[in-house]
Amino acid sequence: MDTALDIHRLHFAFTVTFHYLFVQLTLGLALLIFILKTLFLKTGDEHYNEAARFWAKIFAVNFALGVVTGIPMEFQFGTNWSRFSKAAGGVIGHTLAMEGLYAFFLESSFLGLLLFGEKILGRVGHWLAAMAVWIGSWLSGYLIVATNAWMQRPTGYRLGENGEILLDSWWSLVFNDWAFWQYAHTITGGVITGAFVMSGVGALYLLLKKHEDFGRTFLRVGVTAGVIASIVALFPTGDQQGMLVARHQPATLAAMEAHFTTGEAAPMFILGQPDVERRRIDNPFLVPGMLSFITSKRWDAEVKGLDAFPQDQWPTNIPLLYYAFHIMVGLGTIFIAIMVLSFIQLRRGRLFETKPLLWILLLAAPLPYVANTAGWMTSELGRQPWLIYGLMRTQEGSSAHVSSGNAMFTLLGFMGMYTLLLMLGLFMIWREIEHGPGGHAVQQAPAAPAPAVGD
Amino acid sequence: MLPALWFWIVAVMIALYVVLDGFDLGAGAVHLAVAKTDEERRMVLKSIGPVWDGNEVWLLAGGGTLYFAFPQLYASSFSGFYLPLMMVLWLLILRGTSVEFRSHIRNAVWRPMWDVIFCIASTLLAVFFGAALGNVVRGVPLNKDGEFFLPLWTNFQPGPEPGILDWYTVLVGVFALLTLVQHGALWVAHKTENAVQQRARRIARLAWYGVALLTVVVTIASFRIQPKLAESFANWPAGYVFPALAVAALASVYVFGRRQEDGKAFLASALYIVGMLTSVVFGVFPMVLPANTDPSLSLTIYNASAPEYGLRVGLWWYIPGILIAAGYFWFLYRRFAGKVQVEAEGY
Repeated sequence: MDTALDIHRLHFAFTVTFHYLFVQLTLGLALLIFILKTLFLKTGDEHYNEAARFWAKIFAVNFALGVVTGIPMEFQFGTNWSRFSKAAGGVIGHTLAMEGLYAFFLESSFLGLLLFGEKILGRVGHWLAAMAVWIGSWLSGYLIVATNAWMQRPTGYRLGENGEILLDSWWSLVFNDWAFWQYAHTITGGVITGAFVMSGVGALYLLLKKHEDFGRTFLRVGVTAGVIASIVALFPTGDQQGMLVARHQPATLAAMEAHFTTGEAAPMFILGQPDVERRRIDNPFLVPGMLSFITSKRWDAEVKGLDAFPQDQWPTNIPLLYYAFHIMVGLGTIFIAIMVLSFIQLRRGRLFETKPLLWILLLAAPLPYVANTAGWMTSELGRQPWLIYGLMRTQEGSSAHVSSGNAMFTLLGFMGMYTLLLMLGLFMIWREIEHGPGGHAVQQAPAAPAPAVGD
Repeated sequence: MLPALWFWIVAVMIALYVVLDGFDLGAGAVHLAVAKTDEERRMVLKSIGPVWDGNEVWLLAGGGTLYFAFPQLYASSFSGFYLPLMMVLWLLILRGTSVEFRSHIRNAVWRPMWDVIFCIASTLLAVFFGAALGNVVRGVPLNKDGEFFLPLWTNFQPGPEPGILDWYTVLVGVFALLTLVQHGALWVAHKTENAVQQRARRIARLAWYGVALLTVVVTIASFRIQPKLAESFANWPAGYVFPALAVAALASVYVFGRRQEDGKAFLASALYIVGMLTSVVFGVFPMVLPANTDPSLSLTIYNASAPEYGLRVGLWWYIPGILIAAGYFWFLYRRFAGKVQVEAEGY
């Protein structure tokens, strides 16, 4: 942690991890709010509209934090990773600029209308605004994942005379098959976060015996979305994403599983601590043949171990990569169990009375944040030692003229500022949850107080 | 041909950013002066509330376009201006959160706190953006790899080892602040009524004299600091149309201000900003980042641009994208046109 490169890496890792805490809820809630607005439009029941309005207020706080922490991401490509930008900006600049043009303008224009325009837009217009915010945030997600996908699996380029990277197919950049599955998997993760947060608040209301009719609605919508998303996160999206890693980043796959030695019928470790020096797993708890099955759908297939690759191509932090991957998969499995159980109880009409399950839903609400973060760590640590897989090493991409002292200064600045933002954000979202839906009669009485103003 | 086209596209996007987010920043800078009570402050915030986020997107979209069309320029200027850009980011974070968080709690500590943060962040952003423009005009010590790193200040002289801040860039920073104060005050006057409107008009009127004076001073200083400016206007006299636009627009600000036609005065102020920025852009063209040590090391639209294929294919997504975005803005501004009503939804 003393070279400029380490600090540049930590700088990006810290700011992007923090940013993504807000992004995942935005992705999930954008869809769920649209669903609530659709239910209102179909049934005409003001209850759904009030529910949508409640979540839109939480969405607004969360979205604002996502926006202000997102701008530093675009800047850091230039400020901290200038050699990377010089080499690759002509390629990934396309997807980044398209994100601004096609997604950010859409989101930002219609979020204002979603929050403040209910009266001037009317029912259908306001429903369309919710749809625009949903599409905008999901489109933004696609374009940023396509950017990342190009770094994971560069396509549509050729090398010039001096080794410079030249875009030669815009289509392969934008419609990279890696981007498709990574996007599907990422979006699903966002919906899981949204669904767990909504179900968690619903469970809280039922356990507190307040706003109970809203609590039931949140549980119905949250659990239904949650059961679909949890399953889709495993199959097909997670499965296909794993196949892509196996095919295009075999060293990464071996490191994710701490699979040191090439062999047939490779096991998958459920628990255990990798010992990179001795090249073994301590305290293993394993499923025989599982890794072979996952990667090639045959229990006895050969899987290349780390020994099949030169050590300078191994991911640089194997234990962290291994834990990140296992935490994601482990939590993903738990999500399926919780949501399937809840869904069964919901269909049987018993969920609202099953207290232990309500408690589990409440306490599990923060877990998708851990799983999503671990998922991105798997993706980014797994790409090491490459910045652009196979093309540019991470140490070749940082800004050569920004010293470790300057980078440390701004890293500490971001850490301080983001700590305050997180406290403020949680405080304000908690206030909205505590206040609960309703009580903000907007449409009925034009002279009512502004809805964003507290009690 | 393509690099020049993209250069003007980026220039227009940045000019639009300055015109649009400029009135948000200006409104922030005059926030405490024009609005005294909570209700008055809500009026100011509501005048920019539904649009400030979209306005800020022009910075991101312009930045993204710069990134893909001129990757070398993006890489070298962003890493070279490392410290001030990070501070711009912190200020943008503070500005955004203060607008969005203020309304959530109504008490005598929370709201005034965010009002002050909003005002300070907006004011400093205006100064920083002006100083950034000053740095681009003055030039930076680029090496043969097209890279540099500037400390925040050295001896405050625009010599061979300048800092981000020297007397010239600070002067441009103050000029930018006054320009945006006038711009923001005219916007607030256009969108509000009664006491807030009266105070905003008064501030705009006072700011006008400062803007007029500094227009002359900064122009003289710029021509002395960057010899390329005089050369450009001498070689292509047609370029005088840009400063002529700025002067005519500034005169119109005065005339419309006197007649209390705030909306027209605001539009004139927008044209003034566009006129000044295009004058600068024309003056340094085809350079995009001049080297102050050896002019031959300057980054130009030719040595900093992406290869031809990317620039050509970019037009296919850019043109429809920008037309759609323009459509949103037209819709959004039309929907929120007219004076703000404090008792309505939000802020």
